[in-house]
Amino acid sequence: MNIYLDNSATTKPFDAVVDEMMKYYKEMYGNPSSMHKIGAKADALLKEARRMLEKSLHAEQNTVIFTSGGTEANNIAIRGLVYGKMRRGNKIITSRIEHPSVLNTFQSLEEEGFQVKYLSVDGEGKINLEELKDALDEDTIFVSIMHVNNEVGTIAPLRDIDAIIRSKNSEICFHSDGVQAYMKTELDLKKWGIDAYSMSGHKIGGPKGIGALYIKKGSNIKPTVFGGNQEMGLRSGTENVPGIAGFYKAVEIYEKNKENFTLHMAEIKRYMMAQVKEEIKDIKINGPETEDGAPHILNISFLGVRGEVLLHALEEDGIYVSTGSACSSRKSTGSHVLKAMGCQKEEIEGAIRFSFSPFNTTEEIDDTVASLKKQTEILRKFKRR
Amino acid sequence: MFLIRYGEIGLKGKNRSYFEKKLVSNIKEMLKPYEGVTVERNTGRIIVHNEKDDEKIGEALSRVFGISGVCPVTICDKKIEEIEKAAFQIFEKLLKDGPKTFKVEASRADKTFPMSSREINVHLGDFLLNAFSDLKVDVHHPDILLHVEIREEAYLYSAEIKGMGGLPLGTSGKGVLLLSGGIDSPVAGYMAMRRGLHVYPVYFHSPPFTSEKAKQKVIDLVKTLGKYNPVFQLRVVYFTDVQKKIIEHCPENMTTIIMRRMMMRIAEKFAEELEGKALVTGENLGQVASQTIDALGVTNASVHLPVLRPLIAFDKVDIIQIAKKIETFETSILPYEDCCTIFVPKKPKTRPKLLDAVKAEEGIDWDSLINEAIEKTEVIDIVTRA
Repeated sequence: MNIYLDNSATTKPFDAVVDEMMKYYKEMYGNPSSMHKIGAKADALLKEARRMLEKSLHAEQNTVIFTSGGTEANNIAIRGLVYGKMRRGNKIITSRIEHPSVLNTFQSLEEEGFQVKYLSVDGEGKINLEELKDALDEDTIFVSIMHVNNEVGTIAPLRDIDAIIRSKNSEICFHSDGVQAYMKTELDLKKWGIDAYSMSGHKIGGPKGIGALYIKKGSNIKPTVFGGNQEMGLRSGTENVPGIAGFYKAVEIYEKNKENFTLHMAEIKRYMMAQVKEEIKDIKINGPETEDGAPHILNISFLGVRGEVLLHALEEDGIYVSTGSACSSRKSTGSHVLKAMGCQKEEIEGAIRFSFSPFNTTEEIDDTVASLKKQTEILRKFKRR
Repeated sequence: MFLIRYGEIGLKGKNRSYFEKKLVSNIKEMLKPYEGVTVERNTGRIIVHNEKDDEKIGEALSRVFGISGVCPVTICDKKIEEIEKAAFQIFEKLLKDGPKTFKVEASRADKTFPMSSREINVHLGDFLLNAFSDLKVDVHHPDILLHVEIREEAYLYSAEIKGMGGLPLGTSGKGVLLLSGGIDSPVAGYMAMRRGLHVYPVYFHSPPFTSEKAKQKVIDLVKTLGKYNPVFQLRVVYFTDVQKKIIEHCPENMTTIIMRRMMMRIAEKFAEELEGKALVTGENLGQVASQTIDALGVTNASVHLPVLRPLIAFDKVDIIQIAKKIETFETSILPYEDCCTIFVPKKPKTRPKLLDAVKAEEGIDWDSLINEAIEKTEVIDIVTRA
């Protein structure tokens, strides 16, 4: 038995994605910059894929560039846009629950002399919009807020955030890390005024090593990677053509099935939440239990059990999950997201993240809950004292 | 070609040939990845013949325990013209980067050779001075000391790569090493190996309390020690049930010490099976609660074999220094839990009494639990060809 519930870490690529990539490894292996027809074929794919992604975002033409993944997209967007605006001010804003590729980029900018405001979140992982209003001032040039939190699934109200920012100062750039949100939540960049949005291929059945970044037309963004000026000069380096082909295919599949996929995952999440609540004592759901949460992420603390140990116990039953973030007694860090949400030590230690794909079944959830019930009963007897 | 120098073996009297044979077989094992290598032992010398890979072979030899030094050597017919030619070639290379001082030190084991040692020194010295204008004699502190040995053939060598010293692996028999994944135990294993003990590492795995990554970490540590012994047999004991029973049954402040006693018993069983003569641990006096002198006594009393603790009197900084030298440190500090860290009691007894431990263990059939753990043990052969 193999039950994979770690789809926020990465997903199994669709077969069609792997097949599509093989074509671009074996036959259409050209460099899009080459002048001959083998190169031209790769270039044609690149254009088509770009257009497909732009459409999926309801965005204008030539607003999406391909990157090596979500991390690189976040780096290029944050650093590039901040440098582009640095003459206008010195203050940049983000939240405490961002992905490390955002938090660490902000930290590095802080070391360079920018003033950083880290917004706090409530018990469900929602940022305080009043705090954002107060933080925005004449000196503010850039805001980055993740769309869906990767650990607890909280969805940020990007549209409201954008409205707040615009009402203060329309010059401020707004970026959102959409790696966990893309294709799983509502998004319309024609109506929403976001300046930049990061995506990743391998979270939606695409390959690893490919991501994308949307940048609004006319943005002043400074390149941070230099070379042959591919991808509008923002991400130099020969394009990962097979990766782009695979990403394209995955987006195509998701676009066709978006409603079904999302509804199915939401149903699985609801089902699992109900089952766990009924079957297992002393648990706490972290993150929103309602529509404010992403359909595919469910974070639960099993009190009196250590997440890492429970993870390995589930593994023995063929069930694969993830703890919030790596944590051990030797280097006791724990999840920065749960900490920011004000969780207690025991809740942080016992947290497990279940993340779903459109192909998980209720039978799998039944097996998982049965295993959880059995393993938590055993492990609670051997609680660390 | 290399001339192998070995320090302590020379002192071993009648056992000398046994030590030398073992050393030769260890050298052969270490040089297995290289083609066209032969190892020859005669009249108190070990010579390694090779056609290529000089640098790699010299380095590999320097990792064989029992060798004090490795000298790249030139061997030629014992005719003075041949010796001159060989010396010329050696100096040609050495003088590439500027002028040097030198001295010749000949020794004549074969007394039928027509020149005395002193005559060889003078003759070769003159020859070299005439051949190279960049050369000067310095008998007290020469840059280059050319050794010339006249035996069944003539041996010329000038440089020496420092070896590990110690005794050939296996000449002290076999022992079982309790390997945790921390900083200390790999160092203890290295030190026991260096004194000739053929070490069989044992790791106690407690899934799901310890992860696959912790186990992989121990495998990586054994691979790192493979620099000194290319072939290891690692035993991964399924320790979960023993550990659970300890936690359930024994008073909390005694759990660590009783766990140590169970580990010792399991290790001793393996030693019996392997005809090993000792257990080796990374224990270090006073480092943690289970390593106070009282605790060590209680642990010791669980077995009959001698327990070697090479690190007993070291300070942690000194242990870390060795761990860095043998390159186990980086792996050792990876933050995965091992079975010693998962159930640390809040207040462990620092002065446990044997009687208390025996009492705490009463009422459980430990033997059958231990046997079960041994039956479920995974034996992993780890071959490292550096």
